Amino acid sequence: MCAITASAPQAPTAAGTDLAVELEGITKRFPGVVANKDITFAARRGTVHAIVGENGAGKSTLMKILYGVQRPDEGTIKVDGRAVNLHSPSDAIAAGIGMVFQHFMLADNLTVLENVVLGAEKLHGIGDEARAEIRRISDDYGLEIDPDELVENLGVGHRQRVEILKVLYRGAKTLILDEPTAVLVPQEVDELFDNLRELKKEGLTVLFISHKLDEVLSVADSITVIRRGTTIDTVDPSTVNARQLAELMVGSELPSPSTEESTVTDRVVLRVEDLTLQGLSGRPVLDGISFTIHAGEVLGIAGVEGNGQAELVEVIMGMREPSSGLVFLGDTDISAWDTREIREAGVGYIPEDRQRHALLLEAPLWENRMLGHQTEEPNVRGQLINAAGAKADTERIVKEYDVRTPSITVTAGSLSGGNQQKLIVGREMSHDPKVLVAAHPTRGVDVGAQASIWDLMREARRKGLGVLLISADLEELIGLSDTIRVILRGRLSGEFDPDQVTSEDLGAAMTGAGERSGAPGTMGAPDDAATRHTGSGDEGATR
Amino acid sequence: MTALSPRRILLTLAGPVLALLVAFVVTSLVLVAVGDPVGDVWSSLLSKPLPRQMVNIVNAASVFYLSAIAVAIGFRMNLFNIGVDGQYRVAVFAAAVFAGQAWLPGILNVIVAILIAILCGGLWAGIAAWLKVKRGVSEVISTIMLNAIATGLVSWLLGKVRDTSGSGSNVTNTKEIPDSSKLEGLALVPGAANKVYTLILLAAVVGFLYWFVLGKTRFGYDLRATGMSETAAVASGVKVPRMVVSAMLLSGGVAGLVGMPLLFGQDFSYGTTFQAGLGFSGIAIALLGRNNPVGIAFAALLWAYLEQQSNGLQIKADVSPELVNIIQGVILFAVVIAYELIRRADIRLEQARVARELAAQRGSAPVEEGAQA
Repeated sequence: MCAITASAPQAPTAAGTDLAVELEGITKRFPGVVANKDITFAARRGTVHAIVGENGAGKSTLMKILYGVQRPDEGTIKVDGRAVNLHSPSDAIAAGIGMVFQHFMLADNLTVLENVVLGAEKLHGIGDEARAEIRRISDDYGLEIDPDELVENLGVGHRQRVEILKVLYRGAKTLILDEPTAVLVPQEVDELFDNLRELKKEGLTVLFISHKLDEVLSVADSITVIRRGTTIDTVDPSTVNARQLAELMVGSELPSPSTEESTVTDRVVLRVEDLTLQGLSGRPVLDGISFTIHAGEVLGIAGVEGNGQAELVEVIMGMREPSSGLVFLGDTDISAWDTREIREAGVGYIPEDRQRHALLLEAPLWENRMLGHQTEEPNVRGQLINAAGAKADTERIVKEYDVRTPSITVTAGSLSGGNQQKLIVGREMSHDPKVLVAAHPTRGVDVGAQASIWDLMREARRKGLGVLLISADLEELIGLSDTIRVILRGRLSGEFDPDQVTSEDLGAAMTGAGERSGAPGTMGAPDDAATRHTGSGDEGATR
Repeated sequence: MTALSPRRILLTLAGPVLALLVAFVVTSLVLVAVGDPVGDVWSSLLSKPLPRQMVNIVNAASVFYLSAIAVAIGFRMNLFNIGVDGQYRVAVFAAAVFAGQAWLPGILNVIVAILIAILCGGLWAGIAAWLKVKRGVSEVISTIMLNAIATGLVSWLLGKVRDTSGSGSNVTNTKEIPDSSKLEGLALVPGAANKVYTLILLAAVVGFLYWFVLGKTRFGYDLRATGMSETAAVASGVKVPRMVVSAMLLSGGVAGLVGMPLLFGQDFSYGTTFQAGLGFSGIAIALLGRNNPVGIAFAALLWAYLEQQSNGLQIKADVSPELVNIIQGVILFAVVIAYELIRRADIRLEQARVARELAAQRGSAPVEEGAQA
């Protein structure tokens, strides 16, 4: 099953084996769900070993097991040929396994040195010895990190290298990188891959978790595919192409977002004029944002997370007061309206973090169906809740939008991410919206749900809705949008035509590489919010 | 407000029953450790109350019930109104002063005094609400502080308005309410010489309103949504500061009612002997009753039963009645832990059930893709 075919660079084989990590028969069950089943693969020392799979395929659970956060119910883990029993992350570190999280765990107001030694003060102290060690690691692996720089001054790519350094500092020989490119723009991704090549040259092993196939193919020496919690195959990247890999991953035809003929009309449904929001640091979070969305138009906003997307949505939805600027719904100035008035007026809202902003996880589905529309038919009659009406309509949504649930009285938290999202989309579409504000609508949902959510967005567009689509998935943006604009440091770029633009063009606009001279990628997303934990991602039904 | 299933009923009952068992065991161990007669204590505590005692239990429970509902209103939206104690004392003092003037005849006097109590309790809680909304002060801190201030304020004012018409100058009461405003009580328990407070009706009405407003109205939905997830509530259009103020005012208003059955059914004036600490019992009872209007009724009866039965302990078993405080404390500890464990188990079981049923719906497909990885 495990055809290890990596082009192996010579690595020290101290323990008599060149396998850094071996997993055999790893199985992890959660109540009613098998998250991992019989996971088996081995990573050779001095290689980049990629683990690919859909969101929800079981990658995160596997990584948690490898990092000692969760214990497998069955199976063995071997490090350097020795079976290990990982009870906690400190066991994992002791075994030489380090984890670089997708969401950085750095204190902005501390220096690199302080961040690195935090929790590892016993290794090299907190002073010059530690500083020298950081310099040494940085030089050895080409990380280019100054130990005395404040983390808040660092860009995203740089912060990630600090995270990697943190792990190396603690003596890790095997690094797990969980979706490391999710927060990076294409240019930064290339830099990261250079770093990874440096690491493996020095004999370290990198486990690289991703679902971005092009990246995996370009950097990995060996690729293990996971589907529905189990290892499907381990392949050599030189023998497969992205298409084949994707089919291994999904096990079926790939859905792809693609718009049909344009449905854009000349009727303006949402207009934003010169929106500005001052940040706490004095730098504007939103800076003179203006755009217009017509009926039947999808306006896609691309950007590295933390460049003002979240704030833009909050201002439009009335959850935050802008410093200046106006928002019009049709011809009506809604700038001063509160959230409820805006929603009642026909602005549907799919928040970026559905568990925090769109659901009451401990309430039944039918009460969740009311959320955001608790003043509207069929949920209420006057001041009273119309439970019968809400329940009947929830049944309808469950049926029409294919929400997989045994009943409408189960709690929202017990559904999977994709089904939660379908319920949310169904709810928002059920109140004849004129505008739909959708932030990362397919984040963390499975392929099937992703395809149906894309279909729903297309249908909304056909019905004459104006859609503001904010996404980090460039493919999704290119496939669904009629117009794409890029947001960088709170400012909107010009318009891109999705039929012609490439990911590289967008990537350049996202870092500002086009507008400034100097090394591209080093200045992406300097905003504090860039490293904020958004709590979304792979987590599905758990809370 | 999920539909009742056998599993849910079982889980709901498991908590209190477990807590009572734990309390029984722990208390027995304490008794054994200090060499007190375990058997005598339990036979005294668990003996059947006399009709007179039953009336006392029901009366005490009605007061506890109001206090617990006041606390529960806050709990439902994650507001911890620790200040019910101060709120009810400010309120009952104001009501007693007003009613004592006998400006209005009979029942009208009672009604207006009750409205004044609601108003004063609400305003006193409103201070904490204002501080929270405008200044970000945690309501836990401010209500505790306001309790202390209420104690000082009321005893200071009591000195100003105390009744000097009666015997000597040692009286520390407000002026007694006129006879026409004294409520005689309801003879609900046969064979008892004493009567149940008329204002137990107030507790019933408040309990019904609590159930109705929270469960059946838009306002209640917003309040519960805020309690379950403030971020989701904001995104759904709930104005959280406004909800904080409303919930605090309501909680304080109900807290204002706590002293009313006592004032009009037993004490007829406010003085230094007026029952204290009811607000804190309310916190315990709301927790035990899980913020449920029926659950709180049972919890209030249990609390009242224990307090009533403790009176005989000294005589029958030569054990200090304060033992009951230990029992109550252990029940509370156990119940809080048990509820949290049960809540988690409930979430897990529900997820498992959903995954299982979905798998069953799909037919042969194994259970491996219910939730996430």
